[in-house]
Amino acid sequence: MSQEELVVERARRSFQTGRSKPLEFRLQQLRRLQSFLKERQEDIKDALQKDLGKVGNSFITHIYFVILWISLIYSVLMVRKCYHLVLYISAWITLMVWLLTLLELSVFHDEFVYHFLCYSGNAAIVKPSEISSTSSTVIKQLLPLYLDKDLYQVVEGGVPETQQLLKQRFDHIFYTGSTAVGKLVMEAAAPHLTPVTLELGGKSPCYIDKDCDIRIACRRITWAKLINCGQTCIAPDFILCEPSVQNRVVEEIRRCVKEFYADSPKTSDDYGRIINQRQFKRIVGLMEGCTIAFGGDADESQGPTVLKNVTGDSRVMQEEIFGPLLPIVTVQSVDEAIHFINEREKPLALYVFSHNVKLIEKVLAETSSGALVANDCIVHFLDSALPFGGVGHSGMGRYRGRHTFDQLSNLRSCMIKQLKMEGLNSMRYPPHSTKKLGWARRFLLSQLNVQKLRNMAMLAMLTCLAAFVVQRFLR
Amino acid sequence: MSREQQAVARARKAFETGRSRPLEYRIIQLKNLQRLFIERQKEISDAVKKDLNKSEVGTQLYETLGLEGEISLAIRKLREWAAPRPVEKNLLTLSDTVYIQPEPLGVVLIIGAWNYPWAVTVQPLIGAIAAGNAAVVKPSEVCVHTAKVMEDLLPLYIDKELYPVVTGGVPETQELLRQRFDHIFYTGNSTVGKVIMEAAAKNLTPLTLELGGKSPCYIDKNCDISIACRRITWGKYTNCGQTCIAPDYILCDPSIQDRVIEEVKKSIKDFYTEKPKTCPDYGRIINQRHFKRIMALVGDSAVAAGGDGDESDCFIAPTVLRDVKPDAKVMQEEIFGPLLPILPVSGLDEAIKFINKREKPLVLYVFSADEKVINRMRDETSSGGFLANDCLVHFSVSSLPFGGVGNSGMGCYHGKFSFDQLSHLRGCLIKKLKMEGVNNMRYPPHTPKKLGCARFFILKTFDLGWVGRMLLLALMAVVAAFVLQVRETQAKSKKMLLFLFVCLFVSFHVFS
Repeated sequence: MSQEELVVERARRSFQTGRSKPLEFRLQQLRRLQSFLKERQEDIKDALQKDLGKVGNSFITHIYFVILWISLIYSVLMVRKCYHLVLYISAWITLMVWLLTLLELSVFHDEFVYHFLCYSGNAAIVKPSEISSTSSTVIKQLLPLYLDKDLYQVVEGGVPETQQLLKQRFDHIFYTGSTAVGKLVMEAAAPHLTPVTLELGGKSPCYIDKDCDIRIACRRITWAKLINCGQTCIAPDFILCEPSVQNRVVEEIRRCVKEFYADSPKTSDDYGRIINQRQFKRIVGLMEGCTIAFGGDADESQGPTVLKNVTGDSRVMQEEIFGPLLPIVTVQSVDEAIHFINEREKPLALYVFSHNVKLIEKVLAETSSGALVANDCIVHFLDSALPFGGVGHSGMGRYRGRHTFDQLSNLRSCMIKQLKMEGLNSMRYPPHSTKKLGWARRFLLSQLNVQKLRNMAMLAMLTCLAAFVVQRFLR
Repeated sequence: MSREQQAVARARKAFETGRSRPLEYRIIQLKNLQRLFIERQKEISDAVKKDLNKSEVGTQLYETLGLEGEISLAIRKLREWAAPRPVEKNLLTLSDTVYIQPEPLGVVLIIGAWNYPWAVTVQPLIGAIAAGNAAVVKPSEVCVHTAKVMEDLLPLYIDKELYPVVTGGVPETQELLRQRFDHIFYTGNSTVGKVIMEAAAKNLTPLTLELGGKSPCYIDKNCDISIACRRITWGKYTNCGQTCIAPDYILCDPSIQDRVIEEVKKSIKDFYTEKPKTCPDYGRIINQRHFKRIMALVGDSAVAAGGDGDESDCFIAPTVLRDVKPDAKVMQEEIFGPLLPILPVSGLDEAIKFINKREKPLVLYVFSADEKVINRMRDETSSGGFLANDCLVHFSVSSLPFGGVGNSGMGCYHGKFSFDQLSHLRGCLIKKLKMEGVNNMRYPPHTPKKLGCARFFILKTFDLGWVGRMLLLALMAVVAAFVLQVRETQAKSKKMLLFLFVCLFVSFHVFS
């Protein structure tokens, strides 16, 4: 038996003991996860620093802990059927992002994995990304000290190990990463009929209306773009705006970069680093053929860069950037912007900056995306009441808050009848007749809203009571 | 361009015109579909009779009545389903508009099955239309006559570009699966389900798979066996056992096996007379291939009732098999025919163990007067649906999600679930370009002070609904106190106002 087969076997056997089902157990595991975050902050931050560069006093680092914290507090435990065995695969960003960026689903996932797997009562196998290797090791070493080590196992490794894992049978697979690998994961899930949740990516467009507060808009966009050096699945990928405001947009972004990262992002404690050389070269290559409005310097790390007058067929517009390059594509109107967006794959997020509610509604009605945020970026991730997920090439399924629980549960329909009133059933039994059919029709097609009836009955009762009291006492 | 490619391309083009988005348009299409079932009942029944020997009443009862109900429900509720769904706010989103907006996915592929051709092909179509999608309908080629009627009639009632019908067999289905869809809805068996999921993976197309499996039926020895068997007999032999949620096999204590057999035989006689072959309400096996398959399943199990068949007519008598062993041929695959094996088990524990050793079924039936037995069965097993003391009827409850788990399928539908399954539920957050000061805590350069602020806003969790209600209550108390104060001297008015206040208080709690 391979290592992966053994791991899965152990998880399944642990699940079958039934110990993950009681709510008390789930709550206990979640509290231990909370302890993990609290007690091991330093280890996690160090790992992130090694994997993704300067983290330091990063607000984001802390914010992430905080979000995870809340997620844990927010866990709502309900008695639902749980899925059994769930496999989580996170992309390399996973580990890193979770601490660095709100958006890092993968990393976020690792914790979330435990989070939601805990509270929906499943066993889970977590496969962190091998690219953020230090963080992967930290998770592998530390998590088993806090959580049930048979129910929630961590498997490290690269492509061969992941392929081995995918050959095993799971009850659900949760993958965060690229569209290309997403297809492979779904293909691997098919022979076992395993349902999948795929949190993928894409190019999230950001439309800036010329009649909006450009300064504030650019501030929010710059912040969102440069978190974790642009390596965020819901970072605004590119800007669409009218030519008349392009220069203003460039200026405002330049101003924000200076304000956020002082004179040199490279020396700033708050600016991240591209994960590895391969990604770095890829991002640098995307700038080919584009006009650099500012930035563009790339030695050990890619600095914040804005590209202007970018066209739809430029290299930078052919793939998700996942780096600190911000192309600006000019369009003549919101109609042209909508047309541009609809010609491409449905993105994970769509951003529109405008004071005009009608314009926002127009964009909402005429496009499709995982989510739509008006006048800000990324922050929809913070509201756990909103389902987070993609559509089309940006993914399938959703999570956050209650949605995670539902996604990883079997919502089983239950109907409990009595072995009485058999007479009523005669309309369904053969020999069939038109008369019986008439009865069946009446019963099946009547529209009875029991809740409404109950409310009406209460209202009637109160009215009677009021009338009685008025009659009796107040005359 | 192949015929299939053309149909899909035309459907996509029609979807992109945006005409399926307005609710009025969707309601018109649904009303037209309703008319089809009222005006063309005869043609529909005739075709189903030829395919499955179902009587006209039977077709209405088991196929079109349910559809009429679903269409009415969709028409009545569409505005509510399609409206933005506000979600809970937190401190950070207090001044924002936050909601989930259902929107169409695009072009949906619906692959129907042959056993209830109208029910399982049109029910997802209702959901697709209601959700504003285009849909390519591929009826099963196995029910030859019904497929032809669908191909002829549907375009006469609903938009033929948005909802084209593409008939054909395996090659045509494969060609369809090579096209790109935004959702695939398949009803059928697990083997083909896997093939479809593999094809869907190439385009990252989400799917709903309504598959099957062996649905167990446990009869507790302490229950009304006569009524239980009556309901099981009806559930089993309707449509000659060719129902995805038919009770596949029975598990019961050996001491009641004989009684169960007697009661089932009695019910068969009540429903289908002494000669089911000549009874208009008893169906036929869909074709000879399935006939042979089912007859072969009897194997060397002991026949307690029925057992005879006529290949030329695809007739198999209602059959009961007794003392069946777990490794018998009939226990190796979903029967999908009128054979009812009884496997003796020594009690609930053994039954649960037996069920859990096998793939998760589409539905699990338990017959018992004891709530504890029912609850244990529910808690210690898994299945798509769970029904105590009856068979099949959970299918007609549109507020219950209908679907499988594991090998019995993924996704669910019926009623609003169909609408949600075939929509994209898009998260929307509408903020304003104001109060930028609040955002300073998130911008670099980061400081512990800013972090402290962020911690507060993000970590503080209030049930804003509860807060709102308490505020309202406080307000009412203040108003009441004020009014009472002012009208101090008028005792009667004071009583009246007190009373009104109590009424308001009570109704507030009742209706919130």
